[in-house]
Amino acid sequence: MTQTFNEMIDGGSVRAAYQSLEKWQNEMPADLRQMKQSEAEALFRRVGITFAVYGEGGDPERLIPFDMFPRVFTADEWRKLDRGIRQRAAALNAFLADVYDQREIIRAGRIPEHLVTHNEAFERAVVGIRPPRNVWSHIVGIDLVRTGPDQFYVLEDNCRTPSGVSYMLQNREIMMRMFPHLFVENRIAPVDGYADALRHTLASVAPKKCDGEPNVVILTPGHFNSAYYEHSFLADLMGVELVEGQDLFVDGDFCWMRTTEGPKKVDVIYRRIDDAFLDPLCFRADSMLGVPGLMNVYRSGGVTICSAPGAGVADDKAIYTFVPEMIRFYLGEAPILENVPTWQCAIPDQCKYVLENLGDLVVKEVHGSGGYGMLVGPKADKSQIEAFRAKIEEKPWNYIAQPTLSLSACPTFVEEGVAPRHVDLRPYCLVGDKIELVPGGLTRVALNEGSLVVNSSQGGGVKDTWVLAE
Amino acid sequence: MKLSVSHITRYNFDIPVRRLIQSHRLVPSRCANQRVITWEVNMLQATRGAAFRDGAGDWTETVSVQGPLDAFEIEVTGEVETTDYAGILKDHREKVPPSAYLTPTARTWPSQPLREAAEETLSALEGKPTLEKAHALSTVTAERVEYMPGETEHYTTAAEAFDLGKGVCQDQTHVLIALAQLSGIPARYVTGYLFSASEDHMSEASHAWAELYVEDLGWVGFDASNGVCPDDRYIRLGSGYDAQDASPIRGMVTGGGGERLDVRVKVREGGVEGQQQQ
Repeated sequence: MTQTFNEMIDGGSVRAAYQSLEKWQNEMPADLRQMKQSEAEALFRRVGITFAVYGEGGDPERLIPFDMFPRVFTADEWRKLDRGIRQRAAALNAFLADVYDQREIIRAGRIPEHLVTHNEAFERAVVGIRPPRNVWSHIVGIDLVRTGPDQFYVLEDNCRTPSGVSYMLQNREIMMRMFPHLFVENRIAPVDGYADALRHTLASVAPKKCDGEPNVVILTPGHFNSAYYEHSFLADLMGVELVEGQDLFVDGDFCWMRTTEGPKKVDVIYRRIDDAFLDPLCFRADSMLGVPGLMNVYRSGGVTICSAPGAGVADDKAIYTFVPEMIRFYLGEAPILENVPTWQCAIPDQCKYVLENLGDLVVKEVHGSGGYGMLVGPKADKSQIEAFRAKIEEKPWNYIAQPTLSLSACPTFVEEGVAPRHVDLRPYCLVGDKIELVPGGLTRVALNEGSLVVNSSQGGGVKDTWVLAE
Repeated sequence: MKLSVSHITRYNFDIPVRRLIQSHRLVPSRCANQRVITWEVNMLQATRGAAFRDGAGDWTETVSVQGPLDAFEIEVTGEVETTDYAGILKDHREKVPPSAYLTPTARTWPSQPLREAAEETLSALEGKPTLEKAHALSTVTAERVEYMPGETEHYTTAAEAFDLGKGVCQDQTHVLIALAQLSGIPARYVTGYLFSASEDHMSEASHAWAELYVEDLGWVGFDASNGVCPDDRYIRLGSGYDAQDASPIRGMVTGGGGERLDVRVKVREGGVEGQQQQ
């Protein structure tokens, strides 16, 4: 593994982006730091922002650790990311519009057909429909890692319902309350326009049949869902109703919301439930979370569902390999952001390489998420590697492998003071009548020394993410 | 052949339901194999809407009724002129790629015995055309799963029916889909009506069969229950991955209970007028 890129200190000197924070850190007494840290925790507890961790026993609802040391991007650094993310979001949407229509990219031989249509996320039910503005993924979460001053890689795309944006907003809110002077001394691009931009994006994809101000709602599976806090938080910020399946019903050409003043038509549903549970008359018949008949209303143009059912076919880890190809094919542009080189275990030659080099690679399940079911070769012992070898040999198509990237590290408050810890970044790109990206995102940090796993379920924390204004 | 259909579906509820909603695919497919002369789907008191033709070519309509409701009846009547194309689905417009029908569902999931049966059948047919393989798989299905009503449930899977060796047209169709997919042949579940001149025990007027995708021919129907490819005695309604996905009526009720379902299907040769004279 190569040298870790430290985002604050490069070759002994402090990088431009971190000049003022270095001073702030040095001047902060240890007791003040501890006081601020408990203050931050109290604030997080008060707003009730929790996440769920499965498979570890104990109370699954807990606070996500917040690290007060911000992560900083200069305007120059962000400009490239911004262009690259928008480009990727546009290509992913073009791909979705294509694979549910003419499948030009498959006809052109640029993506193997079976990866797309013989894929669990491919929805037969939406073939041939054209959602408003032909947008399929309205909120695209793109996970990025950095390995050098100018080297960023896209780790994965999230086209369904990427979560975590409430942390981006709350981390900023809490930093501003605790350290207001930092926001006076530094020109930091605001992120609080996200809720308005999301509301605008959702309203902009209202169906043609909607006349007047579109009625937008957020559909949640309910309070037992690990991201329920985020659902209610976003509904509050946007000033829209937070509903569960039982609050909605289908009648005639439309979907309606029960209110004390009688039924109110719903035009746009930002759903935070999976395709399979959306409508028991179309997908899983045993789903109690969805709205019976909703897919018929959607498919006949009476309501818009965001993200579109079937959007998951674009963010599969096997499809991921082809996103640069999508950018070239649909946009006629060179990809601005690079993919991590990926080996598909479904392809025998590549699988052979993976099995021979398990100790150096990261192996992931094609449909896995959240850091569950993955192997980090260099951190694994012999028995873990052998267990994974057996799994790959049994179901090769279920796995992909990537080199172990040396994720960049950012200064992070730890027991002994400040130390570098590995980070990633998830910005949230909005696609509607235009493509919008607030300057920032969610930085996740692997709090355990040397760890490369930033998932909150695996000992990860979060940081406020700054983009310095020009 | 001119066929007339009368299909009555009646739900009785011991405890009245508050609300009922259904998704219907009760209109014959548009294809050269059949031409609709008249077709009506009638219900009293229902709100109808959200209707469209889906990517697989099926006409879909949404129906809801505000209760309290102690009974609900759907009456389908119509006349169709059918033509025999030896099982080939002809001039049927659809946008779903055949390869989408290679993915199994919980109901068509391949078990080890199914896997072995597919391998065994195909081992003798290496290098033969897909059509020949499809016929062989259909024959094997009929041999291994005997037609016997009352042995399986609506939720029985292909694997279960195959182990049991008995089932109805739904089970045989699920088994054939599983065997075809295991052989790399796209396959789907088709619903419709079947005219039977005799009172043959193998006939169910409301019927299901499989379609397998054969290069150069397109979708070809295989009715393992009757050991034939659908001809002009068949009327095709719609298709899906499995019986649930293809179901002509999918519905849900709110509240109430004690649902009793009564289905009566009659398919006769000749027009509706002809029937009335009988």
